[in-house]
Amino acid sequence: MKNSKIRGLIIIAVLLVTAYFFAPLVIKDLPSFWTEKSLKLGLDLQGGSQIQLEVDFSDVEIAEKDKDDAVKTAYQIIRNRIDQFGVAEPIIQRVGSTNRIILQLPGLDDPSRAKNLIGKTAMLEFKLLASNDQAEETFNALNKYLQDNLDKYDYLEEFADGNTAEAIDILDTGEEQTEEDNNMNIFTNLTTSKDDMNAAIDYENIPILKKLLEDEGFLKAVPAGLQVALGKEEKGDLYGARPLYILKDKAEITGKYLEKAQTKIGQGYAPKDQGPYILLTFDKAGARIFKNVTAQNINERLAILLDNIVYIAPRIESRIPSGEARITGQFTLAEVQDLVIVLNAGSLPAPVKIIEERTVGPTLGSDSIRAGIRAALIGMALVFVFMLLYYGLSGLIADIALIVNVIFILAILTMLEATLTMPGIAGVILTIGMSVDANVIIFERIRENLKAGKTVRSAVDSGFSRALITILDANVTTLITALVLYQFGTGPIRGFAVTLSIGIVGSMFTAIFLAKAIFDLFITNSAREKLSI
Amino acid sequence: MRFFANTNIDFIGNRKYAFILSIIVILAGVISLFVNGGPKYSIDFTGGLALELDLTPQTADAPQINVQMLRDELKEAGIEGVEIQSISSANKTKNFFLIKTQENSEDSEKIGTKIINVIKQAYPNNIVPEKLVRLQDEVGPKIGGELKEKMLLAIFWSLLGIILYIWWRFEFTFGVAAVVALIHDVLITVGIFSLTGREMSLTIVAALLTIVGYSLNDTIVVFDRIREDLRVFRKDSYSNVINHSINETLSRTIITSLTTFVVVLSLFLFGGTVIHDFAFALLIGVIVGTYSSIFIASPLMVEHFQNRQKRLAIRGSKKK
Repeated sequence: MKNSKIRGLIIIAVLLVTAYFFAPLVIKDLPSFWTEKSLKLGLDLQGGSQIQLEVDFSDVEIAEKDKDDAVKTAYQIIRNRIDQFGVAEPIIQRVGSTNRIILQLPGLDDPSRAKNLIGKTAMLEFKLLASNDQAEETFNALNKYLQDNLDKYDYLEEFADGNTAEAIDILDTGEEQTEEDNNMNIFTNLTTSKDDMNAAIDYENIPILKKLLEDEGFLKAVPAGLQVALGKEEKGDLYGARPLYILKDKAEITGKYLEKAQTKIGQGYAPKDQGPYILLTFDKAGARIFKNVTAQNINERLAILLDNIVYIAPRIESRIPSGEARITGQFTLAEVQDLVIVLNAGSLPAPVKIIEERTVGPTLGSDSIRAGIRAALIGMALVFVFMLLYYGLSGLIADIALIVNVIFILAILTMLEATLTMPGIAGVILTIGMSVDANVIIFERIRENLKAGKTVRSAVDSGFSRALITILDANVTTLITALVLYQFGTGPIRGFAVTLSIGIVGSMFTAIFLAKAIFDLFITNSAREKLSI
Repeated sequence: MRFFANTNIDFIGNRKYAFILSIIVILAGVISLFVNGGPKYSIDFTGGLALELDLTPQTADAPQINVQMLRDELKEAGIEGVEIQSISSANKTKNFFLIKTQENSEDSEKIGTKIINVIKQAYPNNIVPEKLVRLQDEVGPKIGGELKEKMLLAIFWSLLGIILYIWWRFEFTFGVAAVVALIHDVLITVGIFSLTGREMSLTIVAALLTIVGYSLNDTIVVFDRIREDLRVFRKDSYSNVINHSINETLSRTIITSLTTFVVVLSLFLFGGTVIHDFAFALLIGVIVGTYSSIFIASPLMVEHFQNRQKRLAIRGSKKK
């Protein structure tokens, strides 16, 4: 029986490999070379965030051929930021040759912090504030523009002073109507805080302002050389009003000249000298420019912008030759640290947008694992008992095959360093139910053969050989769907496709090789005339 | 032990009833889909937000939050059009809430962060910061549209692959009959999802493809027997042979369906919230997939063979 020897060797080899990779899952304190490969849990089981980013070129002038490099740069910068932020085992991948980058960040306490870190373009600019006259000119121009085009901005109607009633009154009394009387002051109204702050914007109106700042017509209405910019929110007052600035739109100095940014803690006595701040150090060329700018604009205010938000706009008191600038303010330490990270990692070549984000908290993850294991054990126990009841000792052979198959799936997942996800666990559970099918097909054939009066030996042999074709045909088609799922699916779905495929291959192996070998041993050794099936 | 020994049920003779039953169930689903304007897509496909929060009271004076309270609180903050569901944990000691919206704010401040901030301020005593967010999915509208396209392609390619394989291994018509049965299964499952107000998500599409795989597995075992029996019983009528094949394989069909059903039921009952709808789809799929191999796929082959016989007979008589 040369064939059966080969078969025996194959079985032993597969079982050994299976045992080798399965061992680390159940035995602790194995030598380290043994545990090198381990079963990885997906983000949906261990908790974590998956974030998909798209480098957005829509507002950036860039040649088509340079886009690929820009995405590579963006990838590198994001990688640096994440590394400095300190996430254990992050996975950062570019999606094919597209503009997209996928980040997998396991076990984060505060995913929103990581998100802020990634999303910042980190464009650092220093710009002078406009003069009072220029600011007034800007307000007038914007008020007029919005009034003339109010039909295009229906969401601004509530800010129109709307003294049409007065206007009629004026006409009635025959008084001369001046243009100013009929001024609706829409922009002034929008940007005057209830808190009496001058040129500040209330929290609930910020989305409206942001919308305007992206509107082409509005931006054109701003007088040439000037710019409207929003200030940063105050610490601890996320819902407070935020200041509004009118700036000269020429950047005096940018992040290009930045040598490094550092986190510092102020030690002074005055409240403004306390707390964390950012110390910016310019390179040589930057220091020279900074010295000139400060020398020429003493008593002017210089705004420091990061991604078009004004962080601070101090008055220049004297020439600064040292090439150092401080961004102080109401910062938390975490905020300062994160800003320092993005400033040091460099600015992105183009803004990135988060287009997909999936976060699973650690509690849901562990709940899922627990529930998955419980469902698997209960399902397995039921199938186990059923097979034993229905097919007797032969059922026990099917049960052995079933257990080997489940272990086989886990071992192969470990060997491939694949990731186990919740749908993956579902795939294992489904396989428990479906994998007995191969044995059922065989056993039913054997029963038919026995009924037809064949001897045990030939009933088993022909049962196996005839069922082989059926099993192959039935399983290949399931494999086709699993492969398609793998091809088109993402993350967790892929996990499902992988476990299902391994399960199918495993069930064919255990039914055709392992179960047959046990049958053969059993029949040859005892030359039985009856079979418990 | 043995069920279904020596059965001789007239499946083929009664196929008209099965066809009518299937048509009724499919119609009910299709009407529901029509009334609801298509399947209820989850945010995987539409884009939007799904947020699961743990708002279990942490102190003695912390409020027992309900859906209405959350809705009011969010409304006050200007967040409307959200769907809020209360989920209690398995042992009923935890209060989880699922908040969904298909609105995509293009605003840099994402709606998820906004909702979390509002709730953090409103119910400080119901929150353990590191446990608050159990799940947060935010999908951009672009991604959603792409996924829809991808999934349709996935279904298309798997059906094509199946037809080709069965064509190669059996005959083209077997492939067509199998695929008709698969479409039948998918239509019924999607219909029941619509009738029960369940969402079509990415995992449900995976479940649909799994059902396709399972149902096919079942169908092929019967087809395999038909192929074999057609060679053995050459003299007998097609309907008799095929009926015989179905009865011969009935025991296996039922046993496999039973073991699969049992594990899927276990997954449905004990597998946790994440996988609940997925398991539900598989439960329907196992039942419908088993039914369709017996009552749809095989009878279709009878129809096909009988038609071919008639055509041949007519051609034969014309020659004479």
